[in-house]
Amino acid sequence: MSPGITVLMLAAAVVGVVGIAAVADDHQPVTTTVTERGQPHPVEIRRHPAPRVRTGAVDHACLPATIACSTCHAVRTPDPSNKVGSDLDQFHQGLQFQHGSNTCLSCHDPGSYDHLRRSDGQRLAFEDSIELCSQCHGPQRRDYDNGAHGGMNGYWDLQRGGRVRNTCIDCHDPHVPKYQGAIPMPHARDRFQQGASHD
Amino acid sequence: MTEEQPAGMTRRTVLKAAGATLGAGAFAAAIAPLTQWKPAESVDEFLRRHYKELTPAELTEICRRVEADAKKTHGIDVHVAAPQPTPGVKFGYALNLSICVGCRRCAEACHRENNHDRATHNSYIRVFEMDNGTLDLAHGDATYDHPVPAKGKYYMPVQCHHCDNAPCTKVCPVEATWKEQDGIVVVDYNWCIGCRYCEAACPYHARRFNWKKPEVPASEINPDQGYLSNRVRPQGVMEKCTFCLHRTREGRLPACLEACPTGARVFGDLADPQSEIRWVLANKRVFILKEDLGTRPTFFYFFDK
Ligand code: SF4
Ligand code: SF4
Repeated sequence: MSPGITVLMLAAAVVGVVGIAAVADDHQPVTTTVTERGQPHPVEIRRHPAPRVRTGAVDHACLPATIACSTCHAVRTPDPSNKVGSDLDQFHQGLQFQHGSNTCLSCHDPGSYDHLRRSDGQRLAFEDSIELCSQCHGPQRRDYDNGAHGGMNGYWDLQRGGRVRNTCIDCHDPHVPKYQGAIPMPHARDRFQQGASHD
Repeated sequence: MTEEQPAGMTRRTVLKAAGATLGAGAFAAAIAPLTQWKPAESVDEFLRRHYKELTPAELTEICRRVEADAKKTHGIDVHVAAPQPTPGVKFGYALNLSICVGCRRCAEACHRENNHDRATHNSYIRVFEMDNGTLDLAHGDATYDHPVPAKGKYYMPVQCHHCDNAPCTKVCPVEATWKEQDGIVVVDYNWCIGCRYCEAACPYHARRFNWKKPEVPASEINPDQGYLSNRVRPQGVMEKCTFCLHRTREGRLPACLEACPTGARVFGDLADPQSEIRWVLANKRVFILKEDLGTRPTFFYFFDK
């Protein structure tokens, strides 16, 4: 790949990230005007840009300095014999990985670490990670497409307003996708829920 | 609507008749909340006609009055509306027991959305922790406080099932609770005499009684209110889940669904064959609670596998 193309791609990625950030941060309440039948309001799936990696240093504002994946990976040769986090001895120390028999390169694109890669070799933006997950998790994707998996906000009636939907990685860490659990919110203290009478 | 009311029936005549049949002791107990009634709201509001007999103009006026009451008692501006059912829409709710993790975010969202009493931490949703392979709510635990989901357990949130054949509405001696066209079972807080018959009749323990006036700090009151839903209730009346009608009749999702991180909750229009809820009913292993009672809930449970 020529350096020119790489620069163009990086530029595209940056523009993409900025564009997405604008969408994600600009959640104006949707007005409840009834559109003409047949023109539903949009359903937006949350999109997360490529992660930034902490370097351990701090920047001029004393915030943790972060870098793009490609900052290091552009000058390192991919080593497919490294399969999981514990195989690495220089970087990503302590990276937990429990996701079936996948390896790093099952999802990450060795040709551009600022991207993901589908099993057919097609490059994917991090923002579109749901397409990557869906390759294996078909039933979940089917349920998701039918509104029966994954949290959402907005309108049940798309004629009157849109919706914002979680994407897979809002709940599932891609490296350790099993739901990690939660502390429940408090229960009511009514006569059925005093907390003493059950065995 | 007038013809649905027995001629000349007012709350006063019913109270008298009930006194004659119940016996003095039972009657006194039944109306105890009423005798403690204090005019937090205007006498007009207490003596008005049945909700279903009100004209749109009267209803609007009443909503303005509740807003003025809120201003007077809490010093805050609230918006009270009385959104009506949309003809042809029939609401339904389905809950995926395979992915509910028992986090109680839904119950908490209900608590805040619906201006529930803070001291009792009331909510229209109870989440039962159940042993895998069982389905007997009597052995469920609604008071768990450990990290969820726990091993060997699953979680079953229970709220009003908005039954098509609702026993609660039939036992009400004053018709203060009824099923609306879009399927939502409502309570008129100003018509309810607090006898609690409906609470006893509900097989799902879905109703809650206001033993005391719900206390919510003025700064925490949700100002987006429905006359038949989340306006702050008076003492001595029954309340229950209203499918957040102040939201859902405007096309919005109920608060409990928005709060659910997992997507275990599916809400929509049962009359629309393209709706998500219809997809669930057609494609998942769906069941209803206590089917043998014939209550015909419009709240469904399902499993992924
Ligand atoms: S918020 Fe969702 S996952 Fe949590 S208890 Fe309620 S239904 Fe279950
Ligand atoms: S669940 Fe209970 S309160 Fe709700 S409609 Fe059925 S009987 Fe009535």
